[in-house]
Amino acid sequence: MGDELAIEASGLVKSYRGVRVLAGVDLRVPRGSVFALLGPNGAGKTTTVRILATLVLADGGQARVAGHDVVRDRREVRRRISLTGQFAALDDVQTGEENLRMMGRLSRLSRVAARQRAAELLGQFELTEAGRRRVGTYSAGMRRRLDLAASLVGHPSVIFLDEPSTGLDPPSRQRLWQVIADLAASGVTVFLTTQYLEEADRLADRIAVLDAGHLVAEGTATELKQRVTARRLDLTCPDTVAFTEVSRYFDQRAVHLDPAGLTVGVPTDGSAAQVRALLDEADPGRCLIADFAVRGATLDDVFLTLTGHTQEAAHAGHTQEAAHV
Amino acid sequence: MPDTLRRPHMSDAMTMAGRSLRLSARSPEALLTALFLPIMLMVVFVYLFGGAVDIGTRYVDYVVPGVLLLCAVTGAGTTAVTVCQDMAGGIIDRFRSLDVPGTSVLAGHVTASLLRNVISTALVTAVAFGIGFRPHSSVAAFAAALGVLLLFVAAVSWLAAAFGLAVSAPEAANSAMFVLMFFCYASSAFVPVRTMPWWLRGFARNQPATPVTETIRGLLLHQPADVRLGTAVAWCLGIMAVSVAICALLYRRRTA
Repeated sequence: MGDELAIEASGLVKSYRGVRVLAGVDLRVPRGSVFALLGPNGAGKTTTVRILATLVLADGGQARVAGHDVVRDRREVRRRISLTGQFAALDDVQTGEENLRMMGRLSRLSRVAARQRAAELLGQFELTEAGRRRVGTYSAGMRRRLDLAASLVGHPSVIFLDEPSTGLDPPSRQRLWQVIADLAASGVTVFLTTQYLEEADRLADRIAVLDAGHLVAEGTATELKQRVTARRLDLTCPDTVAFTEVSRYFDQRAVHLDPAGLTVGVPTDGSAAQVRALLDEADPGRCLIADFAVRGATLDDVFLTLTGHTQEAAHAGHTQEAAHV
Repeated sequence: MPDTLRRPHMSDAMTMAGRSLRLSARSPEALLTALFLPIMLMVVFVYLFGGAVDIGTRYVDYVVPGVLLLCAVTGAGTTAVTVCQDMAGGIIDRFRSLDVPGTSVLAGHVTASLLRNVISTALVTAVAFGIGFRPHSSVAAFAAALGVLLLFVAAVSWLAAAFGLAVSAPEAANSAMFVLMFFCYASSAFVPVRTMPWWLRGFARNQPATPVTETIRGLLLHQPADVRLGTAVAWCLGIMAVSVAICALLYRRRTA
């Protein structure tokens, strides 16, 4: 085919019962790259993945995946992709090995080849021991790894991962990220959705931010960070009263709120003049701010600025981040 | 996008059937339903109700075909539940993204249902012999009776698959099977239709469970007058055809 793009979509539109879920989404994902679709709950991430994975028909727009049209040639597409959804596609009462062998048979491998492939994948995902046990006995992290292994049985060239690390504890998440990074290194194209900025930052070559069915930004992590705000001024207050006052003063302008650390973050260009002005503006009496720091913007800041979900999302985002650092 | 029911790939259907069998073999509930419930029901009918039923022949001979039918219907409950679970969980998306046709998924469930029923039928028949069941007929008639029974199981299994596709909760899928059990009870499977109240007789005489039971019973007990092979087979094929069509429709809708 000579197609340099693994995924190419234009103008994807989808509504469910009159509610517009996708309002014209364009995507271009180069072959062999890791692409993250980042967005809050209900942004349309899962719908996008399901359209690209041929499981849902878009109301409008076109998409080609692995060189084939997802509507006209969906069987060709299916032969080249795999989808790992938010809910594990595994049978709890079958063993890990049986699950993989079944997927192998359904990928039209011979009985022997299916067994070999199962053993190979169990080894690769460090599940050889667990492979003999029923999946019902697995931890969430093992289950997710097995699910991912199951999606690889037929050697797909494009892998869709819908919120792969949701519900995992920090060590399992780290391990899963390593697995995904290894997959990407082996040359397959990975398309993942996530609510975690850290995840997108860690794994993806390119990131698209989806909000309410619209793509609001696209680029590398660095580009996105530059695009929104170069720096962030973190103001640390001496006590909760001062913190409340300062955060109320900045209100929607605050891109970072940390009640535990009594810190409020606002965008800045980092110049001395602006930092001084911000300090004076927020704390004319010179008693509300004890300390300040200027730091590079995180993807959280980017996300919040782009999607306009400020405080509560900022808070949730940071709690999540803190929880899995 | 909606997946149509394509011609199944045989090895897919076999893989799916193997999976369904493994799932039911490892689910104590399904095992109990498929194997022990029919036996318990037969014992209940023969020993508890049987004494009160006076029909001229030995009640155990009369009731075994009916128990086999009931067995098919309770077994189909498992099929409805597993189909429903598959559709509700993430696994159907995995199957679809592996390009496994819906027909294979459903045919796998139906095949497994048939095999489960072969086992439960054998078990029930063995226990029936133990408690005095004595059919007297030719090998050909025996084979014909088995054939009709399996056709009935296949029909009910496709119907159960349709139930499983129609409802969203496995519990609901299971309770739908009680409707089918009612068909078994309100037929000549356990008591002769003439003993029923007048308003029920017309229904009981003309609903599918009656000709199917009577055909199997007639074949096993060598009572040619009872055998309505054409009617029984027509009912089974009719139910199966309608159920497959409903399955195709529902599967398309569920995957839209």
